[in-house]
Amino acid sequence: MKITLRIWRQHDREAAGRMVSYGVDGVSPDMSFLEMLDVLNEQLTAAGDDPVAFDNDCREGICGMCSLVINGIAHGPEGLTASCQLYMRHFSDGDTIDIEPWRSPSFPILKDLIVDRSAFDRIIQAGGYISSPTGAAPDAAAMLVPKKDADRAFDAAICIGCGACVAACPNGSAMLFTGAKATHLGALPQGQIERNSRSLAMVNQHDAEGFGGCTEIGECTAVCPVGIPLDMISRLNGDVLSALRHNTT
Amino acid sequence: MPGACEIARPRMLASWLDRAYGRPMGTGNVVGLRSTAVRSSVALHAAMAVSGLIMVLFLLAHMYGNLKIFEGRQAFDGYSGYLREAGEPLLPRTGALWIVRVVLLISVLVHIYAAFTLWHRSRSATAGKGGWRYETTKNRRGVQRSYASFTMRWGGVVVGLFVIYHLLHLSADYIAPGGASPSPYQRVVNGFSIWWVVLSYMIALIALGFHLRHGVWSAFASLGTNSSVARRRVLNLVATFVALLILVGFLIPPLVIFAGWVR
Amino acid sequence: MAELFTVGETIRDTKAPAGPIQDQWEARRFGAKLISPANRRSLSVIIVGTGLAGASAAATLGEAGYRVKSFCYQDSPRRAHSIAAQGGINAAKDYRNDGDSIRRLFYDTVKGGDYRSRESNVYRLAEVSSSIIDQCVAQGVPFARDYGGLLDTRSFGGVQVSRTFYARGQTGQQLLLGAYQALERQAAAGTVEVHTRHEMLDLIVIDGKTRGIVVRDMVTGALETHLADAVVLASGGYSNVYHLSTNAVGCNTTATWRAHRKGALFANPCFTQIHPTCIPVSGEHQSKLTLMSESLRNDGRIWVPKEAADGRRPGEIPDGERDYYLERQYPAFGNLVPRDVASRAAKNQCDAGRGAGPGGRGVYLDFADAIARLGRAAIEEKYGNLFDMYHKITDDDPYQVPMRIYPAVHYTMGGLWVDYDLESSIPGLFVIGEANFSDHGANRLGASALMQGLADGYFILPNTISDYFAKNAGTETTDASHPEAVKAVDAVRARITTFLTINGDRSVDSFHQELGSIVWEYCGMERNAEGLQRALGLIRALREEFWTNVKVTGTNEELNQTLERAGRVADFFELAELMCIDALHRLESCGSHFRTESQTDDGEALRDDAAFAYVAAWEFTGDNAPPILRKESLEYHNVELTQRSYK
Ligand SMILES: Cc1cc2nc3c(=O)[nH]c(=O)nc-3n(C[C@H](O)[C@H](O)[C@H](O)COP(=O)(O)OP(=O)(O)OC[C@H]3O[C@@H](n4cnc5c(N)ncnc54)[C@H](O)[C@@H]3O)c2cc1C
Ligand code: HEM
Ligand code: HEM
Ligand code: SF4
Ligand code: F3S
Ligand code: FES
Repeated sequence: MKITLRIWRQHDREAAGRMVSYGVDGVSPDMSFLEMLDVLNEQLTAAGDDPVAFDNDCREGICGMCSLVINGIAHGPEGLTASCQLYMRHFSDGDTIDIEPWRSPSFPILKDLIVDRSAFDRIIQAGGYISSPTGAAPDAAAMLVPKKDADRAFDAAICIGCGACVAACPNGSAMLFTGAKATHLGALPQGQIERNSRSLAMVNQHDAEGFGGCTEIGECTAVCPVGIPLDMISRLNGDVLSALRHNTT
Repeated sequence: MPGACEIARPRMLASWLDRAYGRPMGTGNVVGLRSTAVRSSVALHAAMAVSGLIMVLFLLAHMYGNLKIFEGRQAFDGYSGYLREAGEPLLPRTGALWIVRVVLLISVLVHIYAAFTLWHRSRSATAGKGGWRYETTKNRRGVQRSYASFTMRWGGVVVGLFVIYHLLHLSADYIAPGGASPSPYQRVVNGFSIWWVVLSYMIALIALGFHLRHGVWSAFASLGTNSSVARRRVLNLVATFVALLILVGFLIPPLVIFAGWVR
Repeated sequence: MAELFTVGETIRDTKAPAGPIQDQWEARRFGAKLISPANRRSLSVIIVGTGLAGASAAATLGEAGYRVKSFCYQDSPRRAHSIAAQGGINAAKDYRNDGDSIRRLFYDTVKGGDYRSRESNVYRLAEVSSSIIDQCVAQGVPFARDYGGLLDTRSFGGVQVSRTFYARGQTGQQLLLGAYQALERQAAAGTVEVHTRHEMLDLIVIDGKTRGIVVRDMVTGALETHLADAVVLASGGYSNVYHLSTNAVGCNTTATWRAHRKGALFANPCFTQIHPTCIPVSGEHQSKLTLMSESLRNDGRIWVPKEAADGRRPGEIPDGERDYYLERQYPAFGNLVPRDVASRAAKNQCDAGRGAGPGGRGVYLDFADAIARLGRAAIEEKYGNLFDMYHKITDDDPYQVPMRIYPAVHYTMGGLWVDYDLESSIPGLFVIGEANFSDHGANRLGASALMQGLADGYFILPNTISDYFAKNAGTETTDASHPEAVKAVDAVRARITTFLTINGDRSVDSFHQELGSIVWEYCGMERNAEGLQRALGLIRALREEFWTNVKVTGTNEELNQTLERAGRVADFFELAELMCIDALHRLESCGSHFRTESQTDDGEALRDDAAFAYVAAWEFTGDNAPPILRKESLEYHNVELTQRSYK
């Protein structure tokens, strides 16, 4: 297949960027999207041009590093798929594909398609954990967790922290990411003690990082590569409101 | 840390203090967290949801009142009078009405304040461009977002302007297309005999319908009640139902009057 | 062979205390000197890597009050490659009452490692395994539970008890997020400074002690010196020397190799594990291979057509014409034989022409029976995400047609040599997780790498490092102007400048690909003297070409991914050579290392305990100079050496 790519090129954080077109030949349908970009980069390197910088690591949809807005959709047109798990068989010969980075002032662009997502780490720092000093844990079987709760915690815990939710949200909100963590920890008995303070702290940090509020539009969940459902945002909302009402930690 | 924010720093300090004084480390100072969180977007959305739902309740009642137009001038004007007399002699005349008005006014103010604050935040979170911040023109409408959801803000403004116009018209009797009258019934009938009045109400009501279709669902989700996929379906059905009910319920009087069935 | 290496002094002391094996760890902990909480704040430690090993160590040491600096090359600690581990984590909890115990886990691990690991370390690993599960549950790791609310377990290759805890197919992810959250909690508390997008490019050794590292800020290109009282490497494995592996594309050997060049011994580099269940290569463009968790072998049945070159689709081949070769050859373990056995068996089937799919490089992993027996829902619950992943990559639906799988490089048992304290041969340099060589001998059992990473990071290192601090650290202060630090930075800068000025005409990736195919061909599933000799020649020639003909675009003072890769590939060249030398010198088959010259009559691996029951720890002596082989002999007092048999 022959594909035309229009890619956002930006030299560094301060530089102005623009869309640049490239042609890539010999794309096979079995290639992953990132492998297709590898081919482009080989081509650019051979010509002495600067290859396109893009984040990626595991290339199997789990590390959350890859982050491409493909034709205006975070992680591209296939549902439940991270950029690295997208295959060229979903495109046709002769297609023009637009590739851009996540766009959010809270995720500054570092180069080309690479953004700085450290805001997410700071949201976790604010309270996305259960305090359990090493060595102080009781026997794992001492606490039974109903399967229903364990499953819900798991469904939330699979968030890969990619930031596609922010990239897609018309409000630039990171509530799906934040809600997933709050739901994961809040669903477990171990997580109850810090539940109130956690939800307040994470939401405060979320806002302080400059992310927008959630108006329940649902683009986030539609592009989320692991299908974090919208109700996790609502659960976080509920937790915050209850933490605001109740005068205990 | 680039982009480190005002909240992160005092928190670090607090945790250091926790350690120094041997208190357990945790998410720290809940009082401080709470006073920040009341200004969070989550809290503002809750305020918007509560005020919006209060307005929805008012609208349901108002709609019921409007439908009295079918019972004739007496019933309609009597109803209007009743609103003013309700609560007597416990409350002074128009006392109950004023309570309702004050609650409504507060709701409107809270709703508008929250709306504009959140609007501002979401603009700065998207470099002022919202969902259109990508260079590509493909998939500008996103993957699944609804028309209702992305017209909330301008839709709200339209509804707000309409309410002013409507109050000047039917409540204050200040502008009087078709002729002023001390009888609310007459004002209504006079107004809705004119095509562009009916049209302006229709446009406003459709905007309101959209606002409520997304607003009611969003309000419940903002308050934390969207707890599962099944619940989400129910809430969306409720929202659609409420929006349609209000749309149709309000549309009937103007259309019927314009058609000449009530005069 | 003699000119390839020289033999040096035997390693005598591993610091494991004397006494019965079950008392050793207790004794070591008691014997270790402690640091008072007040003094910890003046002690600093650098931890390179934020995988299970690095993140758990950083969180624990930060919590203890040390000043910790943590580094990773990704944009967040949470993305370390541990995130990709699927199947599960072992622990001797015996919740199933199926005869499991510390001793059995120890025994299985030593046996699984084909008697090439150190007894004392493995026993300790089994001992702390239980606490890992406790710790992770307390952190909120959502392990699978049964309807009674109790933790669920499953069994994994090579063992007959059910001791593997799991979180659907994302165990590594969940464990890592637990450790990452603990790490971020310390970052908020100010005890850990996290440096993301920073790559360690050299080690700073001053007066024989490890004092710091040189890192490159991967965004600005700035070279920074970071100094501390001790350095911990938790930088993962080196599978990517093969170019195609199941590891993340950024995994590299740079941190460990640079330390090796500064004097740390590199042990057993040729012990690399080939995982039997990966998605086969689909073409030239392939950039990595994807693992299908080993746990699939619990329910999937592996087969090939009985006829060679059978062109039919799998569904058209009746049961009688299928060869369930693992069940046939190894009736006791069937589809659950250890990885090396399963991998080689698959290769043999494909070599004999019975392979399935394009290129004949694949065998079927069939779930039809399991789906019929347990129902689709049960299978979905257990393996849903793996099935989806397979579907996405291959466009085949494994609920309908059998998966096609083929072995791929997956894990490296070799790594920097460490003693019982996890300290390398350079004082003050500790190595944990996959980066060290310690616990898995010649072959790692499934679900034991996660166990080892967390054991090292949460429980072992924090105990042993204090002893080093008490005896060595905090004495003299050093700053970045120390001549050794300056020298290290200058060397790094010079190397970068070289990359940028060669300006040849081959891309870094093309070199990596070619290197990988050489190593896979000659130092992969089967090795022999002739091939390894040839590989050495090829690698050296290619390395020569690399240093004269590689093309690295751009500058250092920017985010430059080509430059990053160039450095990693350059180190892989040197490592590949050592791997081949190691493989060549070990004229026996053991675990993952299969020398065609050393096999039983029926084609099974033949170990040579008399000659090779030792750890081969290699000492660097200079570029193009033969390394020195230092042997640590392995003595077994608690298990009997037997020829492995899974028949
Ligand atoms: C697909 C897959 C599935 C697996 N499944 C299982 C399983 O089910 N059970 C099991 O027990 N094991 C499994 N393993 C093995 C196991 O995941 C790994 O061995 C283990 O996670 C390694 O952890 P680690 O902490 O040592 O290193 P890693 O998690 O690899 O972390 C390495 C860290 O070092 C950093 N780093 C590396 N080099 C540098 C440098 N030069 N400068 C700065 N930072 C650097 C990286 O950024 C990263 O943070 C699996 C492995 C793979 C590949
Ligand atoms: C000046 C007029 C108005 C403006 C500017 C306005 C604006 C908004 C905005 C911006 C939102 C948030 C968007 C979202 O959540 O998706 C919103 C939500 C809402 N509005 Fe309005 N609105 C107005 C009038 C009304 C009226 C008259 C009603 C009810 C009758 C109403 C009911 C609601 C409800 C229920 C919500 C949902 C609250 C939530 O998101 O939690 N609004 N409005
Ligand atoms: C076609 C539909 C409508 C009709 C016929 C109608 C009619 C009237 C009339 C007759 C009054 C005056 C009542 C009185 O003074 O006794 C009134 C008041 C009012 N209406 Fe409407 N209305 C309509 C739609 C709406 C809508 C859609 C809104 C809001 C979004 C609205 C909000 C109000 C308010 C706030 C008042 C003032 C109540 C008060 O006196 O405090 N109306 N309406
Ligand atoms: S919620 Fe989904 S889209 Fe958002 S960070 Fe997590 S995985 Fe990515
Ligand atoms: S798209 Fe945005 S508005 Fe809320 S539901 Fe998702 S965060
Ligand atoms: S590269 Fe890891 S999720 Fe895509």
